[in-house]
Amino acid sequence: MAMKMQPASNAYEDFMSRAYTMELEAIERYAQFAEQLEAHNNKEVASLFRRLSGIEALHAKRILEEMGWPSTPALPPAYAWEGPEAPETAPFDALHYLMQPWHALEIALQCETRAQQYYESVATSKAPRRVRAAAAEMALEEREHVRLIRAWMAKVPRPADGWDLDPDPPRMGD
Amino acid sequence: MNAPTEVIPLAAKDFKSDYKPVWCPGCGDYSVLSAVTKALAMLNLRPENVAVVSGIGCSSRIPAYTTCYGFHGVHGRSLPAATGLKVARPDLTVLVASGDGDGYSIGGNHFLHACRRNVDLTYIVMDNHVYGMTKGQPSPTTEPDWSSKLAPGGTGLREFHPLVIALASGANFIARAFSGDPNGTAHLIAEAVRHPGFSFLEVLSPCVTFRPEQRQWKERARPAPVAATDDPVRAARRILTDDGFNIGVLYRGHRAPYKAASATPTHSPDDLAAAFST
Repeated sequence: MAMKMQPASNAYEDFMSRAYTMELEAIERYAQFAEQLEAHNNKEVASLFRRLSGIEALHAKRILEEMGWPSTPALPPAYAWEGPEAPETAPFDALHYLMQPWHALEIALQCETRAQQYYESVATSKAPRRVRAAAAEMALEEREHVRLIRAWMAKVPRPADGWDLDPDPPRMGD
Repeated sequence: MNAPTEVIPLAAKDFKSDYKPVWCPGCGDYSVLSAVTKALAMLNLRPENVAVVSGIGCSSRIPAYTTCYGFHGVHGRSLPAATGLKVARPDLTVLVASGDGDGYSIGGNHFLHACRRNVDLTYIVMDNHVYGMTKGQPSPTTEPDWSSKLAPGGTGLREFHPLVIALASGANFIARAFSGDPNGTAHLIAEAVRHPGFSFLEVLSPCVTFRPEQRQWKERARPAPVAATDDPVRAARRILTDDGFNIGVLYRGHRAPYKAASATPTHSPDDLAAAFST
């Protein structure tokens, strides 16, 4: 999952900019998910996605403060990731209108795990030492997030089989 | 005299209206909406200088979800309305939003002539190979063997090939995007808007309700292995022989866009209102 790092002296800034972009994209995607489920009256899961978006926003803010960057860029830079989107971004099609909090946390768990793996891959790459050190620190943070989400999931009821069956579906499929 | 006002660049969120989309959760069209707003911010445009015109269908709801001027028109007729608007107001950036049913079936004939006329429009078609809004009928791009309750065993009909039809009809810019990559789609929309003449962007946008198997598209979509060409023969060969999942600009032509013969208005709005008065 490692990406080509810039060999130039701004490799650290570039890495932090990628990290910041990852957070921005995660904020946006969780907010979109919240909106989608609000529109479908699944308020419990919508509010959970709002919380997740807020948590990512705190991370983004911390990167901004740490780097002393003056403002939020309007658009994330067009970084090339290994997949179509950044490792911490949930796939756009991960939702179901009947999904339950456990499902939302499962999505978040996958995102945090991918982020952890990404940072671990940078931390063990041939990137400059400062980048590797920052990546190792972020990998530890992501590992902690993974642990917290697992703990959160343990407190949430696991959906029963047939959770997605709707006797009166909004749209009649086959 | 008024003091000069500073023009502050807008962010993608400034192009989103307060109306919340009502597409199915997980629908690819959410990503296309996000890409449209990102592209408009990227182009440094302002909502009052942009019009989004659409027809009917899930994808055609987009105008209401933006802060731009919008026209949610008649089924299949987004392109004639947009053409009229652009010719009358060439200063506006005009985006046209459609789906595979609206754009290729009901509006199929308009598609051919919009390509031929080469008016400076950006035509974004969200293609999910099904009529989603009306409960899952096969559309012109549905595979012949896609079996459903409404078409048991499939239609047996060959699919419409929009990109090659666009090329043969004279579109000046042809690209394919995938809604699973909203940032990439935003860049392609921006490129399509910048390119003069009729720009056609097909966006593979899964319908998770009636075509849940389209979730697999994210495994298949990948960047086109070659750069865009301006040679229509080469472009035709590439488009005809790819598997429909090459993402990127596939053709970039040099035809001059259509320009109206005269920009001088012959009638005022009052004249027109008088002519229609009863």
